[in-house]
Amino acid sequence: MTGMRQTVRESVGDRLFLGLIYIFLALVLIMTLYPLVFILSSSFSSPAAVSGGRVWLWPIEATLVGYEQVLQNHMVVTGYVNSIVYTTVGTTISVVLTTMLAFPLSKKTFFGRNGLMVFIVFTMLFSGGLIPTYLVVRSVGLIDTRWALWLPNAIWVWQVIITRTFFQTSIPDELAEASEIDGCSDLRYILSVVIPLSKPILAVLALMYAVGQWNAYFDALIYLKTDSLFPLQLFLRSILIQNANSVTIDAASIADRNQLLSLMKYSIIVLSSLPILMIYPFVQRYFVQGMLIGSIKG
Amino acid sequence: MPPVLYFIMFKYIPMANAVLAFKDYNVMKGIWGSPWVGMKYFNMFFENPVFFSLLKNTLLISLYSLAVGFPVPIILALALNEVKNKTFKRTVQLVTYAPYFISTVVMVSIIMLFLTPNQGIVNMLLERVGIDSINFLGNPNLFRSVYVWSDVWQGSGYAAVIYLAALAGVDPSLYEAAKVDGASRLQKIWYVDLPGILPTTVIILILSLGNIMGVGFEKIYLLQNPLNTATSEIIATYVYKIGLLNANYSFATAVGLFNSVVNLILLALVNAVARRTSRTSLW
Repeated sequence: MTGMRQTVRESVGDRLFLGLIYIFLALVLIMTLYPLVFILSSSFSSPAAVSGGRVWLWPIEATLVGYEQVLQNHMVVTGYVNSIVYTTVGTTISVVLTTMLAFPLSKKTFFGRNGLMVFIVFTMLFSGGLIPTYLVVRSVGLIDTRWALWLPNAIWVWQVIITRTFFQTSIPDELAEASEIDGCSDLRYILSVVIPLSKPILAVLALMYAVGQWNAYFDALIYLKTDSLFPLQLFLRSILIQNANSVTIDAASIADRNQLLSLMKYSIIVLSSLPILMIYPFVQRYFVQGMLIGSIKG
Repeated sequence: MPPVLYFIMFKYIPMANAVLAFKDYNVMKGIWGSPWVGMKYFNMFFENPVFFSLLKNTLLISLYSLAVGFPVPIILALALNEVKNKTFKRTVQLVTYAPYFISTVVMVSIIMLFLTPNQGIVNMLLERVGIDSINFLGNPNLFRSVYVWSDVWQGSGYAAVIYLAALAGVDPSLYEAAKVDGASRLQKIWYVDLPGILPTTVIILILSLGNIMGVGFEKIYLLQNPLNTATSEIIATYVYKIGLLNANYSFATAVGLFNSVVNLILLALVNAVARRTSRTSLW
């Protein structure tokens, strides 16, 4: 019955408007999806098809040559391994530190809570700048060590705010009281009560920090000097953007070389984005949830 | 507590280090031992012919990016909110969200591959419809548009989520009331949806206006080439080049400090205006 009534009420103008909305969104969908499909298809096409501009939608003369060449490149392999190390260690450090900070901030009984909050949020509004930060990192001896990618940007204030809001809204104070009565220590309470209840927010934190670490290149650019420490993004920059000729290709002619190089770019783009894009559909649910929690309530 | 130590070490000590802007940095004497020179480096910057072009480039890029990048996610969220078909809605969301995960380096290389004169797919499409190939990245007049619209492609789906969250929080009785009053779909959006997300919108607007001087440095730096620097050189890229590449620490710190201070003043101003006019503000 109600369904009937709604269809009757829907005026012509409204239906037209809804139609326009669907068309608009379909266009947005195509415009977002097409470049992604094009990159993927190109990466599986033959070098000649890519250079000749024959790829429009689906792979042409499908082959894995691009991937084979990329995986033979020592820069890409070193970068990949380094990035995995940076991402796993960096994410762990960041998540632990963020939780350590957000938890006390969520406690109304915590002395100096507001002061600490101002102390942290202020760093979002004002910063010393590039050079003063660089000098600190240099003076504590982090230059050209892996720690330079883990420590200087370990905590993001925004994540602290989201996590604090989560703790405040999702973990009732009564739980703490109950565990205290049961003779549970603070540490034990955190480990066996708070953490299991906080899986959604921990997933959000881990994903956000992991994306940040995997994609970061600027810190590596200014703090690292040794090639063997470089993350993937730094190698990608020299291959994709600076067209470094250190890329080794065992092809015969220069023309072949150039064709192969442009194909390899597509393969590298796919390979380097794959890890993050693969986990994202699984965590998207948590991600949106985290944004919901963290969004400012009007 | 380690997190507090982190903030002191990597945020507050650098703030204190910014006194470097008022000193002649001497490696042997360190930051605190170096002699004071007052406003020398600030004057050097203000009197430098690049000052106005840097300021102009920084402001124009971020205002352009705000003018386009701010409304698009709102429109996207409002449109998605009207869609009742769950599968379609989720598909659009999943797809528009994905480009957010592409790294800056990869994003820039995609832009370059697509926009290559003659060979890039964009120019091949243009040639098919009879338009001559355009050297997008070699033309200073087109740099801003390339930067802004590629950002819209990459970030709108992600940015829309926060508005969708706000829309989900709108009181359902308001929709009932609108229906009883015979409001059309467009009127419902105008009188219920928009006021409903206004507080969120204002906060996001304040935050982005307060970040006017802090446009995406990494992306701009990577997109730069000698042909487009006339419009692509911004304060942040200049600080990096002067400071780290030319090791002119004091001068670069002064330029960076100028940037941070202008930013902070803008944020405070916008916040004050927002508090007066809409009673929503950061503080």
